[in-house]
Amino acid sequence: MTAYLDHAATTPMLPAAVDALTAELGRTGNASSLHSAGRAARRVVEESREQLAAALGAHPSEVVLTAGGTEADNLAVQGIYWAATARDPARRRVLVSAVEHHAVLDPARWLAARAGAEVVLLPVDAEGRLDLAALEAELRASAGTVALISVMWANNEVGTVQPLPDVVALAGRYGVPVHADAVQAVGQLPVDFAASGLDAMTVSAHKIGGPLGAGALLARRGLDLVPVLHGGGQERGVRSGTLDGPAARSFAVAADAAVRAQPATATRLAGLRDDLVRRVRAAVPGAVLRGPDPSGASGDHASAGAGPGRPAEGRPGRLPGNAHLTFAGCEGDSLLVGLDLAGVQCSTGSACQAGVPQASHVLLAMGVVEDEARGALRFSLGRTSTAADVDALLAVLPDAVARARTAGLASAAPGGAR
Amino acid sequence: MRVLAALSGGVDSAVAAARAVDAGHDVVGVHMALSRSRDQFRTGSRGCCSIEDAGDARRAADVLGIPYYVWDLSERFEETVVADFLAEYAAGRTPNPCVRCNEHIKFEALLDKAVALGFDAVCTGHYARIAVRDGADPAHSAGTADVRELHRAADPAKDQSYVLAVMGPERLARSMFPLGDAPSKAHVREEAAARGLSVSAKPDSYDICFVADGDTQGFLRERLGARPGDVVDTEGRVVGAHDGAYAYTVGQRKGLQIGRPAPDGRPRYVLEVQPVTNRVVVGPAGALAVAAVRGTGAVWLAPDVVGDDDGDGDWFGCAAQVRAHGDPVAARARRTSGGGVRIEVDGDLRGVAPGQSVVLYDGTRVLGQATVEGTERA
Repeated sequence: MTAYLDHAATTPMLPAAVDALTAELGRTGNASSLHSAGRAARRVVEESREQLAAALGAHPSEVVLTAGGTEADNLAVQGIYWAATARDPARRRVLVSAVEHHAVLDPARWLAARAGAEVVLLPVDAEGRLDLAALEAELRASAGTVALISVMWANNEVGTVQPLPDVVALAGRYGVPVHADAVQAVGQLPVDFAASGLDAMTVSAHKIGGPLGAGALLARRGLDLVPVLHGGGQERGVRSGTLDGPAARSFAVAADAAVRAQPATATRLAGLRDDLVRRVRAAVPGAVLRGPDPSGASGDHASAGAGPGRPAEGRPGRLPGNAHLTFAGCEGDSLLVGLDLAGVQCSTGSACQAGVPQASHVLLAMGVVEDEARGALRFSLGRTSTAADVDALLAVLPDAVARARTAGLASAAPGGAR
Repeated sequence: MRVLAALSGGVDSAVAAARAVDAGHDVVGVHMALSRSRDQFRTGSRGCCSIEDAGDARRAADVLGIPYYVWDLSERFEETVVADFLAEYAAGRTPNPCVRCNEHIKFEALLDKAVALGFDAVCTGHYARIAVRDGADPAHSAGTADVRELHRAADPAKDQSYVLAVMGPERLARSMFPLGDAPSKAHVREEAAARGLSVSAKPDSYDICFVADGDTQGFLRERLGARPGDVVDTEGRVVGAHDGAYAYTVGQRKGLQIGRPAPDGRPRYVLEVQPVTNRVVVGPAGALAVAAVRGTGAVWLAPDVVGDDDGDGDWFGCAAQVRAHGDPVAARARRTSGGGVRIEVDGDLRGVAPGQSVVLYDGTRVLGQATVEGTERA
C-alpha cells in the first residue's frame, strides 16, 4: 500500500494531457518556419495559447510560454525590474513577501547583488499571510522608488492564500506593477488573471496535470518586460527559443480540465484534507498545524460567500489540498524516511540543497522557532487523492513520529562525547 | 536485517552496500551531509562533503536499487569533530579527526539515529573484519552471548581497524564492514566496475574532508588566529620563531624555519609543543624515542585479554600502533584507574604526540584503544 501525498511537488499527468503530448511529439514542424509544416506547428501553439488564456482569464497575447514556473518567475522579477529602472533609474526597490518561492526570492537577491536592486522582504503573520500594513508603509514612504511587488497567490509550503486583491488595490494607488506566482493556486482556487488586476502572473503545467518543463508568464499587454532569454525573438521578443508545441498543447489540455474541475476538486480535497488534519491531530500529540486553520467557521475556499480567489473577509484562506504540520521533537528527514519506507510519500516542504533539508524560510518568517521548523511535513492532495491515501498515512504516521522522536533525542544528546 | 548503508559517494562504501544487498539484507542508503557551507560544497570536491559526492552516492543507490536519503549531520560534525580538531591543536596536541568522526558521527550520531528509526546495523566501506565468536564456547567465560571481535582487514595496506577501535563493543555489534575480507582495493574497484557502479574509478580521498584545499595549517591559522612565539632547543635557547604553536606536531621535521643549524649539524625535530608558554621545543631525532605511553579514555574490545575491572590491571602483551599507517611495535600494557592505560614499549617507537590514538593489537585482533595523554622518553 503506497500513498502519494506530494501533489504540490508534482501531480500525475492527466491521461488526456499525456495523449495530447504524445500525439504532438510525432509531428514535425518549427512554429517559426514559413512552410506548411511550420504553419501547422504554429497553429498548434496558437490554439493552445488561446485555450490557456481562456482557462486563466487572460487574452491570448498576454500568454508568454516558458519552460516552467521558475523561468516565468525569473522573467517577471528581472524583466519588470530592468524595464522599470530603464524608464526611471530611481525605481530600484523590489518588494517581495518573505514567504515567496526561491524562484522569486533568488532572482530578486541576484538583482540586489549584481544590478543595484534593493530587496525589501515584506513580513507575514503567524499564519503566513502578508502584512498589508507593512506593504502600505513601504509604498507610502517612497512608492517612486519601487520597481515591482511580487506576492504569491498561495504559498507552496503552508498553503496560505495571500490577500492579492488588497495588494493590487494598494499598488494601483501608487502605480507600482504587481506580479504573483500562482503556480500552486491554479486548479485549487478560482484564478482569473483579468479579474485579479495583476500585471503579471506565473503558472506551471506539471502542477495541474500537464507535462514537466512547461509554464507561462501571463503579462498584461501594457506591461514593459525586458527579456531574460535572448535569441530568435519568439513570444513578442520577450522569450526567445523554439516554441514547444507538444508541451503547449498538453499544458492547455491540462489547464482547461483543471480549471473546469476546480470547484468540485476544491470541495473534495478540502474534505479529505480536513479529515487528514483532524485525524493526525488526534493520533499524534504535539502535532501542530501551520498556516491558516481550515476547521474555522469561515476562512476556506469552500465556504459560502468567499469571492473568486478571495478568502472570506478577515480570515486568510488556505489551499484546499494543503496540510502542513510540525511534529515537536522530530527532524523532518527522520519522519520522511519512516514514512517513505512505509510507502507514504510526502515532503518536508522546505528548500533542499543536495537533498539536505533545511529549516524552512517560510516557517521562520511565520515566527516558528528553528527547532520546531525542522520537524515539518507537508501533505499535499491532488486529483488522484482518495480517502485510502489518508488511511494509509494514519496507519503509519504515529509509529514514524515515535521513532523520529527517539532519533531526535539520540541526535540531540552527545552521548559518548569525551 | 534492516541495514543502513552509509554512502560517502566513494567506491568503497558503494561496494560495501552492494555486498550487504547481496547478503539478503534490507538496505537503505544514507549520505551524510557534513558541511553546510555552499563554498565548501562547491570547492571541497575531495572530501565527503561535496555536492558531487552526494550525487555519486545517489547514483550508487540507484544502481543498487535501494532507497536513498541525505541526512544533515553538519551541526553535530562541527560541534564534535571540527571543534575537537581545533581545541586539540590549540592545546598543543595532535588530533585524529577520522577517529573522532567514527566515534561521534558514523558510529554515534548516525548509528543512534538509525537504531531509533528501526535499523539493526550500520554498514560502511571501512576495511576491517568483525569476527563473531560463539559465546557458548566453553573456552570463553563470558556466558552465552556471542562475542564480537574487531580484526585487521585481509589487506594490510588498506586496514582501517586503527580508526575504528574507538567504538565500544555495543556499537561494534551494530556495525557491518563487508569489505574486511577484500584482498585489495584494486579488487574492490573491479567489483565496482562489474556491478556497473560509476564510482569505480573515482580517486581515493586522503585529505581531511573539512579542510577543502588540503591546507591544514592555513585552516588552523584562519580559525585560531596567528599566535607568534619562540622555537627553542632542549636547553631553552631560542633558535627560531613561529606564527602559532598549534601548527606543529611532535616528530615534525619540515617547515621549522630555523635559521641557524644545530651545533652537531644534524636535523632537528619537534619534540614538544607547549601551549601555555606558546613554545615549540626542537631537538635531535634521538630525543623522539619513546619508552612508555600513558593513554586516557580507553575503550576495550577484549575483556578476556585486558581484564574486566576498571582499576589497575595485570600486564598483558600486545602490539601498539600510534598512527593510521604506522607499524605496530611490541609492547606490554595494563589498565590503570580512571579509564587509562599504561603502555611500555619494547621496540622502537618515535614521535608520539599527545592527542594521537594508540591502538593495541593481539595479532590481527584489536584489544582496545586510548588517546595519548603523555609519553616518557627512552
